[in-house]
Amino acid sequence: MLHARHVSFAYRAGGPRVIDDVSVAIAPGELVGVLGPNGSGKTTLLKMLSGTLTPSAGTIQFDRRPLSGWKRRELARRIALVPQDTYAPFDFTVLDIVLMGRYPHLGTFALEGPADLLIARQALASTGMSSFEDRSFATLSGGEKQRVVIASALAQRPELLLLDEPTASLDLGNQLDVQLLLAGLNRDGGVTMVLSTHDLNLAAALCRHLILLGHGRVVAQGPTEDVLTPDTVRALYGVEADIHRHPIAGHLTVTPLARVP
Amino acid sequence: MPLIRKRLIVTLTGFGLLLLAALVTGPLVGSTHISLARVFDRSLPFADNTDAQIFFIARLPRVLAAALVGAALAAAGVVFQALLRNPLATPDTLGVSSGAALGAMLAITFHVDVALGGIPSIPLASFAGSIGAFGIVYALASARRRGLSTILLLLAGVTMTAFFQALILFTQYLADFTDTFRTVRWLMGTLDVGSYAPILAALPFVLVAFAMLATLPRALDLISLGTDAAAARGVNVVVAERLALASASLATGAAVSLAGPVGFIGLVVPHLVRLVVGSDHRLVLPASALFGAAFLIGCDAVARTVWSAGELPVGIVTALIGGPFFLWLLVRK
Repeated sequence: MLHARHVSFAYRAGGPRVIDDVSVAIAPGELVGVLGPNGSGKTTLLKMLSGTLTPSAGTIQFDRRPLSGWKRRELARRIALVPQDTYAPFDFTVLDIVLMGRYPHLGTFALEGPADLLIARQALASTGMSSFEDRSFATLSGGEKQRVVIASALAQRPELLLLDEPTASLDLGNQLDVQLLLAGLNRDGGVTMVLSTHDLNLAAALCRHLILLGHGRVVAQGPTEDVLTPDTVRALYGVEADIHRHPIAGHLTVTPLARVP
Repeated sequence: MPLIRKRLIVTLTGFGLLLLAALVTGPLVGSTHISLARVFDRSLPFADNTDAQIFFIARLPRVLAAALVGAALAAAGVVFQALLRNPLATPDTLGVSSGAALGAMLAITFHVDVALGGIPSIPLASFAGSIGAFGIVYALASARRRGLSTILLLLAGVTMTAFFQALILFTQYLADFTDTFRTVRWLMGTLDVGSYAPILAALPFVLVAFAMLATLPRALDLISLGTDAAAARGVNVVVAERLALASASLATGAAVSLAGPVGFIGLVVPHLVRLVVGSDHRLVLPASALFGAAFLIGCDAVARTVWSAGELPVGIVTALIGGPFFLWLLVRK
């Protein structure tokens, strides 16, 4: 569905490469996690995959067409991006925010109709935020905001959802809620997902494939079971970790033990 | 919450009626009492009908100028606030008004006497100044390939305003007594346009700006939440930002060259309107234009009547009313 081939990116010409010769392929229905330490290029990679940032070198194809050949609106009907955090300088309601997800489906002067409202409300319902419809977005907690922004992305009716650290700064309960929400959307809604995260246990629980980024390069990628090993964790984070299958949860769990000198 | 179509109709009707009321009552208010019945009394020839003369010659141009300037500045305020993602932004923030003021100062001080199509030199120079200031901002913005940086724009705007203010002071320093008095008066902002000609000259620019703005409200909603998110929702951010910058600057330039720098309209009106209609720019933008027009007509009516010794410059009234109000708004939040 989405193919990045030998993609590189530098924020200024001749500057350091934030992403350096990365090739990844996302197949339909997959749930892919992007892991890597701070500054490893996760956000930059997601922005490039969403088409909002153009690679300095290499090509990204969606549906066998280079991203540069897509109109912005056309692409936004297929791919949605959930940024790490969303700040609203004005007092939008929750429904206002979710309805903005209908933007790519409407013409410049078209107004949302009953069908759009229905889609927005379904998106809110699927994130468990229906009762917040008329609340002011700015007054919500971090977890509530994250779910509203995910609902707004779902209102785009995307086939591919890209999420930048969707559980960062959420408490344990909200982390689990978002994790189950995403798993459900992928399993039942058929939405392909790529998400970046610092939470190795979340990635292990949720993602079937992982891409491990270090200094803008792919350190390893493949099925979670194969890629998430003490060796790769040491290489990425400089941490000695114990990785075991959890007896009840059934997925791998990572416990950091010591800093590698 | 009802559908946007219904909210739009209610909003436009409500604020439209408010503006209509202001347009009708505005010319009736003043030091001399006139009656609407006598103004439209067809049995009297216009030359003998003092009420009609006061209405059409003395007051209506002022009221129409107030409407045009108020609508342009309020709409420009909305756009700058969304574009800079900052509720404190105004039409002056990027230095466009200061550029216009510098143009006017130069024309007054150096007695530039070039008229173009009946438009005198001061509004011409002031419009040229606003275009110059916009050109610098636009060049700075376009130097970055990946869209505007709001921080860069804000800092550049503050710097340019300070720079233009210094040039304005320098120009005033060079001027003689009479010219200094005229420049100071111009800086107070006045709607005493004298005839319909200056209004008709400014009108096309405001209309072009409004036509450009009409394509933008939804994009502004999304850009206010962040440019990356907006792009991912399908907004062509670079095009939308440049269009917004150009149209808001054009509206500001036309308004300032017509009436001088009338402050606070562009800051206060959008905030007042948001209290009533919410934050959706498809409602905020047209409602602010309509309410800005009505608000400035009202301020000008106060300016013409509040002081028995004469008329106050309207810029003083808007700041005197707008300043305390805005402080209250800030503390309230």
